[in-house]
Amino acid sequence: MAVTGRPRDPLDRRLVFVTGKGGVGKTTVAAGIAERASASGRRTLLCEVDGKGDAGACFEHAAVSFEPVPVQRDLWLMTMDTEAALREYLRIFLRLPLVARLGPLARAFDFVATAAPGVREILVVGKLCWEVRQRSYDLIVVDAAASGHIVSQLGAPQAINDLVRVGLVRQQTDWMLELLSEPATTGVVVVTTPEEMPVAETLELTAALRSETTVDVAAVVVNRVLPELFAAREEEVFEGLGRPAVVAHLAGALEADPVPLLDAARLAVTLRRTGAGHLERLRAALPGDIPTLYLPYLFAREQGRRATRRIADELAAELG
Amino acid sequence: MTAGAGGRRTAGAGRTTGAGRTAGAGRTDRGDLEALVAAREIVVCCGPGGVGKTSTAAAIGTMAALRHGGRVLVVTVDPARRLATALGLSGIGNDATVVPPAALAGTGLTFRGQLEVAMLDTKQSWDDLVRRHAPDRRSAEEILANPLYENVAGRFVQSHDYIAAERLYELHLQGDYDLIVVDTPPSRNAIDFLEAPRRMAEFFSSRLLRWLVAPYRVRLVNLASRPFTQVADRILGSAFLADVTEFFLAFQGMYDGFVERAAAVQALLADPRTTFVTVSTLEPAARREAEVLMSELIARGLPLGALVLNKVLPGYLLDPAPAATAERLRADAAGVAATLLAAGPEGLPPDADERLVAGVLNEVAESYLGYRVVARREAEQRARLGALPSVVVSVPYLDQDVHDLASLVRLGEALFT
Repeated sequence: MAVTGRPRDPLDRRLVFVTGKGGVGKTTVAAGIAERASASGRRTLLCEVDGKGDAGACFEHAAVSFEPVPVQRDLWLMTMDTEAALREYLRIFLRLPLVARLGPLARAFDFVATAAPGVREILVVGKLCWEVRQRSYDLIVVDAAASGHIVSQLGAPQAINDLVRVGLVRQQTDWMLELLSEPATTGVVVVTTPEEMPVAETLELTAALRSETTVDVAAVVVNRVLPELFAAREEEVFEGLGRPAVVAHLAGALEADPVPLLDAARLAVTLRRTGAGHLERLRAALPGDIPTLYLPYLFAREQGRRATRRIADELAAELG
Repeated sequence: MTAGAGGRRTAGAGRTTGAGRTAGAGRTDRGDLEALVAAREIVVCCGPGGVGKTSTAAAIGTMAALRHGGRVLVVTVDPARRLATALGLSGIGNDATVVPPAALAGTGLTFRGQLEVAMLDTKQSWDDLVRRHAPDRRSAEEILANPLYENVAGRFVQSHDYIAAERLYELHLQGDYDLIVVDTPPSRNAIDFLEAPRRMAEFFSSRLLRWLVAPYRVRLVNLASRPFTQVADRILGSAFLADVTEFFLAFQGMYDGFVERAAAVQALLADPRTTFVTVSTLEPAARREAEVLMSELIARGLPLGALVLNKVLPGYLLDPAPAATAERLRADAAGVAATLLAAGPEGLPPDADERLVAGVLNEVAESYLGYRVVARREAEQRARLGALPSVVVSVPYLDQDVHDLASLVRLGEALFT
């Protein structure tokens, strides 16, 4: 698919979905993107879709709700709640003030949503698109569903469009689809790590996003890239350090056993090398027009304001 | 269930656990995964995505076939070709495939039992389920042709979870296997798998469903339901609602079967013959999900048997002595390099000068201390997680690249220590 109208900065859009295989640090990256945008003065909303509270942890903020809460200058945090989204939807579009009836209605919705897939997803995507249309924020960053579900989530408007032929929803999916299909407005960031399964899933996912949805893949972010320990000449020295005679002398110089240290460094070299191989595979197979950004492994706490700020700085450095 | 050829029930305590190092890899704490697996008929591997769940399930099945004997089936949801290749198969389908004895023999080990693998094909399994429960062929075909059906079977998020549990039930009922190891689908929430049967039963037995498919006339006089119809008509359009109704009408003949079935599936998961093995790593996100999952298992009275922790860093990163050495080395890398070079040991490149050696030594120290931070954080989390199940197994960082049966056995040996 030829992509036109892409912004120069791949993250410079109005709506950015951040996805990836579970455990790759999707939330941390989403928080970093939100941090970077808000630091540059853009009014940013970070929305957590699966509501596990990790996004709040990135800003050391406990009470996150459907109603956005400010966590710092130009940054708001919200957590998606389909029932609250339904309530809001009914209030806005049907002017339904019947609070008393919402209980059974929500149950009925729950029921229909169980049977008719896409109904729940469309509320999530619909709420986000609505916020984009309202222009209350310059950027909405979505800590979205994991790679297994993101395609059906982003594909929901199309699926509903196919299933529902008339009615209010049909009219709404039309403008949602339009909004989601503009690369200048919407993009997906796929987060991965230099490991086998995440890389394989990233390749599958980027292909599926391109063939099954109209949403532009903004970037692939490789998280937790291990540092290169030694340059070529240093590598030779390191190998020398492992020889028995050298180990003995090193033990003398240190007046302690150096073996655990050398073992740990060897482990670090191996891990880095294994990761580099997976990265090579990613680079070779990823379509050339998808920007790839690299974030270093943080040998410190991975969550909290400090880590979030570091990720934001690293992203800024990557994007120039 | 058959008693099992080859007497695998007796094999459990074949090996005792070595003393092991603190937080070290490949060690069990209080119990033994091998004994646990030997005593059960179903092992459900659950946990967050990306932690090596599929490999762990395959390795457990392989080890059971190797050491305990009998017929062992691994049901995977992972369509990755690699596992098939690793097992010497060209592909894995919805029906069980026997791993060829030649492939097993290729490891140089004598397997006491037979290993089979099946992959969960959600759509195919749903079709089978419909055909089995439909009162006649015609209604089966009607359901299969309904546009909503494809959505329910293919896209409905929990349909994967439900069908995995359902298929497990079916296979167990057949009674052909001594052990079934299931790899659960990657869910947004690992709990979805536990919820699926109950939700499915609730769904099919709900009053709303009965109302939806009740004759239209009855609905008209039912004033209470009018607001819903009106709102739903406005939002979704009546054509869509008609589709939904038609679908459920077609499904009507199957409700009781479904509800009964879902309850039986739920009961099997809670059965003492079943055990849940939670697989995770100690990375923050995975760890958190595993913790919630294990608490949920316990709260629901489901048999949580073991926790398998993958990618655990080696125990020497936690020892205080090397940490002190690393601190010292970092503080005086130049001094240590000078002393070392002055001794002139064989082995270092002849042109290595003090600056170069000091740089490498500094990097070694930094690297140790960096990984130590990670290892300490993980040890803390491991202690918290490990308090929940009675068996905890840690698998080292390396040795995890499963590309053939031999590497699967290696992983299995780390698990069965």
